[in-house]
Amino acid sequence: MAERMKPCTICHGTEDKAGRDAYYPRIAGKPKGYLFNQLRNFRDGRRYYPPMALLLATASDQYLLEMADYFATLKQPYPAPERIALSPGETRLAEKLIHQGDVARKIPACIECHGKQLMGTGPFIPGLLGLPRVYLIAQLGAWKSGGVIRGQTPDCMSDIAKQLTHDEINAVAAWLAARPADGSMDAAESLSVEMAKRCGSIVSGGTSQ
Amino acid sequence: MKRGIGTTVLACGAGIGLWVLATLAWLAPGPAEATPTTREAKTGKAILAEQRRARGAYLARAANCMGCHTAQGGRAYAGGRSLSTPFGTFITPNITPDKAAGIGQWNEDDFWRAMHEGKSRDGRPLYPAFPYTEYTRVTREDADAIFAHLQALAPVPQKNPSSRINFPYDLQPLLSLWRMIYFKPGIFQPEPGKSAEWNRGAYLVQGLGHCSACHAERDPVGGIRETVGGEAAGGGQIMGTNWYAPSLNGRHEAGTTSWPLEEIIQLLTTGVSQRATTSGPMAEVVSQSLQFLTKADARAMAVYLKSLPESKPEPAASAPAHTEQVEAWLRQGARIYKKHCEDCHGASGEGASGIYPALAGNRAVTMNPPINAIRSVLNGGYPPSTAGNPRPYGMPPYAQLLSDVEVAQVLSYTRNAWGNRASLVTTPQVDKSRIGIH
Repeated sequence: MAERMKPCTICHGTEDKAGRDAYYPRIAGKPKGYLFNQLRNFRDGRRYYPPMALLLATASDQYLLEMADYFATLKQPYPAPERIALSPGETRLAEKLIHQGDVARKIPACIECHGKQLMGTGPFIPGLLGLPRVYLIAQLGAWKSGGVIRGQTPDCMSDIAKQLTHDEINAVAAWLAARPADGSMDAAESLSVEMAKRCGSIVSGGTSQ
Repeated sequence: MKRGIGTTVLACGAGIGLWVLATLAWLAPGPAEATPTTREAKTGKAILAEQRRARGAYLARAANCMGCHTAQGGRAYAGGRSLSTPFGTFITPNITPDKAAGIGQWNEDDFWRAMHEGKSRDGRPLYPAFPYTEYTRVTREDADAIFAHLQALAPVPQKNPSSRINFPYDLQPLLSLWRMIYFKPGIFQPEPGKSAEWNRGAYLVQGLGHCSACHAERDPVGGIRETVGGEAAGGGQIMGTNWYAPSLNGRHEAGTTSWPLEEIIQLLTTGVSQRATTSGPMAEVVSQSLQFLTKADARAMAVYLKSLPESKPEPAASAPAHTEQVEAWLRQGARIYKKHCEDCHGASGEGASGIYPALAGNRAVTMNPPINAIRSVLNGGYPPSTAGNPRPYGMPPYAQLLSDVEVAQVLSYTRNAWGNRASLVTTPQVDKSRIGIH
């Protein structure tokens, strides 16, 4: 299967990223359901990123599921965290959002859905550690300016990101990218009833055909 | 003989009895001999109608109606896919039986007029982006079966935006003039001297399969210029895309005269073979249409394609003289090949049997224009998942990793190594192919 996944690992691999922009997210160890949904979303144009759409245009659901399973169970060492210097103010801002959220603006804590260890919650919610800062900023920015997944309602992540300021996005992304992760940390198993309701379109298995 | 435009889809099929070995299965024994009572007669009629719909579903696959009449990730047959052409952007219509948004108000005659004469229900001439120039060869029986299938779909109330046709192509008199020049309605006529299998293949290729909608060279107004033995000669760049559809009888392109029949069938139905791999629009056709053909129909198509008279071999297109400058360029290419390509495609371009294609002697590498090879390097891709090849090996995309110069160098090298001889690829050619990727 590793041989079959070479087209993926050229960007999502372990090799050093010198000479290319360090944008591509880590996919190894993310929950299977999340990966499968993203593969389908890319292929079917709901999540817009032409290089992925072109790569997967004629891949079957069955094959995408197998790919998702492969990467979900792939043990891959985590890279060293990015060396980013946050000011004490930025650290406070990020940690408050990550651990407590902001009830007044209906922003839940990141850990409520992405797990106490920020490694995701099975089967549909991704972990947030081991990702490049630029990727995190790009995704939060995309959620804020509309949505990452076309036609997803309710779009809880977009609703949350719209409440965030640019400073908050930068602080959270930097904090997450600078946070070490290792293979002993696991995804959480279940979501609170309240968040499951608020993010119904995600926990029901995502957009389906 | 001149035939006309077209960019894509729709389809129809053939039922001409005897040679349709495959479809005979659909025409199960009728209830004619045992229906004395009304009730039994009704049942018999219902069975026949069901069989006809099933046959229509098969024929619609063979014609890949769904391919154009479905948007990316959208509901099947609900239209909304946009086809960019030099004449404007066509938005494919909804052909589910929704009364307002689809073709729920059409009847068999309306559908036949569209397929056979290229006219809409209200009599307006259709643009040949709908390949009625090919579908006109489809029999009435097959068109009716496809219609029955479409009418049995669940109606989808999806309204699509209108097509945006550029001036002056939006002027109806021009379209009518075009039709006079390039479009001649007429059902496929079997050639008496040929086998039933060959004729079935010709019907599928020329009619339902509408292969020449892509695999033909068009003149500036989208007409197909000449044909060889009923088949359009020469390949062509697919309108509005960066893909080149190779000539189906070209020795240096996609001609299959010298191929074993089984290998042609394998390519058509699984998407891969020892000598060629489908990608881009052809991978879509395999994925959505050809892989569902019966063995007999796939074989008939292969028999017909193999029989096409091979075009005159062209001289290897402007292969470079080996000046010092060219040598240096190729050396750079060799370095890049060693670093990024050799692992899979081998030190001598020999590939890995059943996994990665050989590049030595591979027509997709040396073809002119080189746009498909450029696309393969930039975008990579998996061949289609098919029943015969459900978990394909794939090619990584290099658009994010290699610069235009590097792509040009490595392709120039592969086009001139291990016995390959072809023109150098230039940096501007690569740059142009990046358009539309990001």
